[in-house]
Amino acid sequence: MTAEPTETVADHGVPAVHERRTPAPPPVTLIGMPKFPKNAKKELGNAQLRSNLRHATTTIRNKRARVVQELPHWEQLRLAGEAIKNRTLRHLDDYLIQLEESLTANGAIVHWANDADEANQIVIDITRSKGVDEVVKVKSMATQEIDLNEALEEAGIAAWETDLAELIVQLGHDRPSHILVPAIHRNRSEVREIFLEEMGRYGTPPPEGLTDDPAMLAGAARVHLRDKFMRAKVAVSGANFAIAETGTLVVVESEGNGRMCLTLPETLISIVGIEKTLPTFADLEVFMQLLPRSSTAERMNPYTSMWSGVREGDGPQEVHVVLVDNGRTKVLADEVGRQALRCIRCSACLNICPVYERVGGHAYGSVYPGPIGAILTPQLRGTASEVDKSLPYASSLCGACFEVCPVRINIPEVLVHLRNKVVEENPGPSLQNIGMKAGGWLMGKGSRFGMAGKGAEAFGTVWPGSKIGPLPIPGWAAGWTGARDMKKPATETFRDWWKKREKTAGRGDQEGQA
Amino acid sequence: MSAPTGTVALFATCINDLMFPDTPKAVVRLLERLGCTVDFPLSQTCCGQPFTNTGYFKEAMPSVRNYVETFESYEYVVGPSGSCIGSVRDQHPMLAGRLGDPGLQRRVEAIVAKTYDLSEFIVDVLGVTDVGAYFPHTVTYHSTCHSLRVTKVGDRPYRLLKAVRGLTFVELPDSDQCCGFGGTFSVKNPDTSVAMGTDKVRHVLDTGAEYLVAGDNSCLLHLGGLLSRMEAGVRPIHLAEILARTEEDLVEAGTSANSEGGVR
Repeated sequence: MTAEPTETVADHGVPAVHERRTPAPPPVTLIGMPKFPKNAKKELGNAQLRSNLRHATTTIRNKRARVVQELPHWEQLRLAGEAIKNRTLRHLDDYLIQLEESLTANGAIVHWANDADEANQIVIDITRSKGVDEVVKVKSMATQEIDLNEALEEAGIAAWETDLAELIVQLGHDRPSHILVPAIHRNRSEVREIFLEEMGRYGTPPPEGLTDDPAMLAGAARVHLRDKFMRAKVAVSGANFAIAETGTLVVVESEGNGRMCLTLPETLISIVGIEKTLPTFADLEVFMQLLPRSSTAERMNPYTSMWSGVREGDGPQEVHVVLVDNGRTKVLADEVGRQALRCIRCSACLNICPVYERVGGHAYGSVYPGPIGAILTPQLRGTASEVDKSLPYASSLCGACFEVCPVRINIPEVLVHLRNKVVEENPGPSLQNIGMKAGGWLMGKGSRFGMAGKGAEAFGTVWPGSKIGPLPIPGWAAGWTGARDMKKPATETFRDWWKKREKTAGRGDQEGQA
Repeated sequence: MSAPTGTVALFATCINDLMFPDTPKAVVRLLERLGCTVDFPLSQTCCGQPFTNTGYFKEAMPSVRNYVETFESYEYVVGPSGSCIGSVRDQHPMLAGRLGDPGLQRRVEAIVAKTYDLSEFIVDVLGVTDVGAYFPHTVTYHSTCHSLRVTKVGDRPYRLLKAVRGLTFVELPDSDQCCGFGGTFSVKNPDTSVAMGTDKVRHVLDTGAEYLVAGDNSCLLHLGGLLSRMEAGVRPIHLAEILARTEEDLVEAGTSANSEGGVR
């Protein structure tokens, strides 16, 4: 049984080579993708999005703060998480070989993929070898990163998302906007509309009289997915952790859809970023405390699935593990940037980020949005494209992300480091480069800065009024004054006031009233 | 109260020097009132943060070297800015490590240890929370990210403010969320910056305060710009300017508290 191929790709601007099996997402092309500020401006204008995001991120970050406060040893847990990940990354070559050996001994088949294309081809080949043209999927950032669904679609294989939020995104011809809650930008009335419009085209339709009651919406998704679970021969998952010592993969989820995918189909293919490795089973103790509280603000994770290869007569009888690099070894080579590989994809940094809260995930033009995306994506993809160049600047460096990160990734530090990388890679005679060079020279000596102060005083003296209103000069001046007045410089700088004070005989007297 | 025997070097910061001279003047007045000998070495410039945070590490180095040369002979360096002090503490060692020599690194580390934000210096070094100030107004306080998370001034500004006579303090909702200034972020991402600032201003207005207090004039430049554009009638003011004011000052001046007026 297959789904009705009712969707034509031409509707969504994707070049049509065959009739699509699954809903078409908006195309993502890195070339020509606008910079973050431009994307952000567009998203900021969406009042519904602003309200959905404010509500959702405020709720989850407050809940996280409450459950984290319950643990008196939270800081020690963070330090332990950081230390375990650092040790793993330092010896990743050894642990990966150990992981492969353990997995193989358990009856799993291990594949190595240098990049997205290799990983996708491995999944396509395995699926084809089973003679099926569809797979069910557990929510997985790694498969989003390699754009597996679209690669499978091109190969004539339908990939069905089974996580509720991923299903909403998929049916909505959309892209995820959050690592943990991919449909965070949608509210329940929007979800209802998507279900009514799209569900019936790709399987079991929603029930009559569907309202926007969350329980009813979830019920509709359950019924819709049931049929897909029951007929699936191949499942694709990611993994939160891969234990080198025991050859165990771990998936942490909340809905039970993952458990269905991991146990029902005959063949299971797991796409695992190489940095997901943990040395020993005991290391999980730390992460199973850090992850649920940081991500969903739960004390204990609802569905934790672990499997170590093949168990005869129980669960999938063919277990594949695809270990993916896709830029990770390049990140590992960067002494400052490599800490981004500690990430356990909890999303605490997204939920606390004041920038993310305003603009949402799509503005980042990257599978990984928010603060972690702003440091991970430009490292994985490089900083050649306009959007990737702009991502390290998509932060006010407020530091809230570092405070909540369960593995203590110093995101502001990496952002500034990557900004330096962007600057070093673009040494041309731009206005910014010239301005910064001049500024750097100016600040090298007090006498030079004093001269600049004279100029500022002159400007402050001749400028009429106390403030500077909207300026029609493009660039930074318009950027500032578009919505904000600018104070004019002082008519007497502090240093000139000080010099005068020193000159007057009574040094130290209280004559400082300006 | 035990005033330090050594001279206190005032690091005014470049933005205060040019744009907000009332703030370093207030620091001088305040510290002298508390028994300190204050000097303002004229060779000082900037902490270099605008360069560092935009990715221009090489361009920040003249500021780093100049800071060391200007201040290393003093026992204490005090600045009225959580952000600039944070940059000295957090970024100067990183920059010296990357682009300097081991000698510079050692000098930077030595100076970091004696560089204080104003609120830290008053509470920790002078051991004072009641500085004898008088400010008969309702105020709210924005904690500013770098004061909070880089310099980590903690509750010191609150303790100092709450000891001011005549002052009514109103808590600012979500006071620990960024106002959206973020240095060059404010002009590189102006729309997001303004969206964040507008939410902050909404919270400020909700408090009904007459004054918005912070330990960083750069954040106040941004928020003050928004407040001014909307003619909101709430005045941004630096913590130092409140702490410097005494009852005698008000009688002598006989005017409004903010001598410059207008937008900050």
